[in-house]
Amino acid sequence: MQLHLIENPGKRYVIHIPDGFLNVATVATTCVVSAGGVGNAVRLANKKLREKHVPMMGVLAAFIFAAQMLNFPIAGGTSGHLIGAALAAILLGPWAAVLIMSCVLIAQCLIFQDGGLLALGANIFNMGIVASFSGYYLYRLATSFLGSSRRGKLIGGFVSAWGSVLLASIVCAIELTVSGASPIMVVLPAMAGIHALIGIGEGLITAAVISLVLATRADLLELQKI
Amino acid sequence: MKTKWWLIALLVCLAVASLSPLASSSPDGLERVAEDKGFIDTGQEAPFQVIADYVFPGIANETLATILAGLIGTFVLFGVAYGVAWLLTLRRRELAK
Repeated sequence: MQLHLIENPGKRYVIHIPDGFLNVATVATTCVVSAGGVGNAVRLANKKLREKHVPMMGVLAAFIFAAQMLNFPIAGGTSGHLIGAALAAILLGPWAAVLIMSCVLIAQCLIFQDGGLLALGANIFNMGIVASFSGYYLYRLATSFLGSSRRGKLIGGFVSAWGSVLLASIVCAIELTVSGASPIMVVLPAMAGIHALIGIGEGLITAAVISLVLATRADLLELQKI
Repeated sequence: MKTKWWLIALLVCLAVASLSPLASSSPDGLERVAEDKGFIDTGQEAPFQVIADYVFPGIANETLATILAGLIGTFVLFGVAYGVAWLLTLRRRELAK
């Protein structure tokens, strides 16, 4: 992805939503909702977090940051990268995932200039809150149908990760439309179409990590969910 | 002494970050849509730059600069999330004493 800069030195570089894409109303709304969400995540984590959760929080944030740097190619000269919210939500629960994603997105915004300062609320809302909760409940739904065998967990992980990316991209498309960036009939199919493909990568990575955890430390999948 | 599982996991994360120069250079999903649908130019650059675009400043070798940015970010995120989680369990540990 950084090679992109070398090839096109004058070009702006967009991975998360930069400032300028969203209007004031959307920025304000998403900031308020995300601040409330993160506040609630902190409150619940303060209540339920145990010592054995602590290293998992650090490892997941580190992994999600590292994996987000690895853009993988999808069709038509486009790339995608992991969001990681579904993985975090499957391992630690949706509110813990909101905390982890917020750490990652805030660091990416402040240190790596990835994602706008004003758009931070929207990025946390889409990739933190929407992706975490959709991933978590899709996983629970899938494993309730498929059973909690190894196969059920892997398929559940794939499906929920795919769904979480698709939903986050649809919410992002709605924000762009509300902001007047692009009409809904244009931006929604485009965002959903590309992210239905990117979601396959998200699903494969999520299932691979679950498989690795099952093979090495299966007990880590049974931590209390927050 | 048994090695802590998370130390091994952190090493894996650092290894993943070291692969970052191999990442696809194509625009990602949102960037592609913004280009195709003509609103990419409404994007504004950040008012300040630290390690902008995952390239550590002042290093001529782009590959090294990217790996360094990735390693720093991975350490920072481990430390921040571990620290936040540790602080959030502090109250419980105080009570347990």
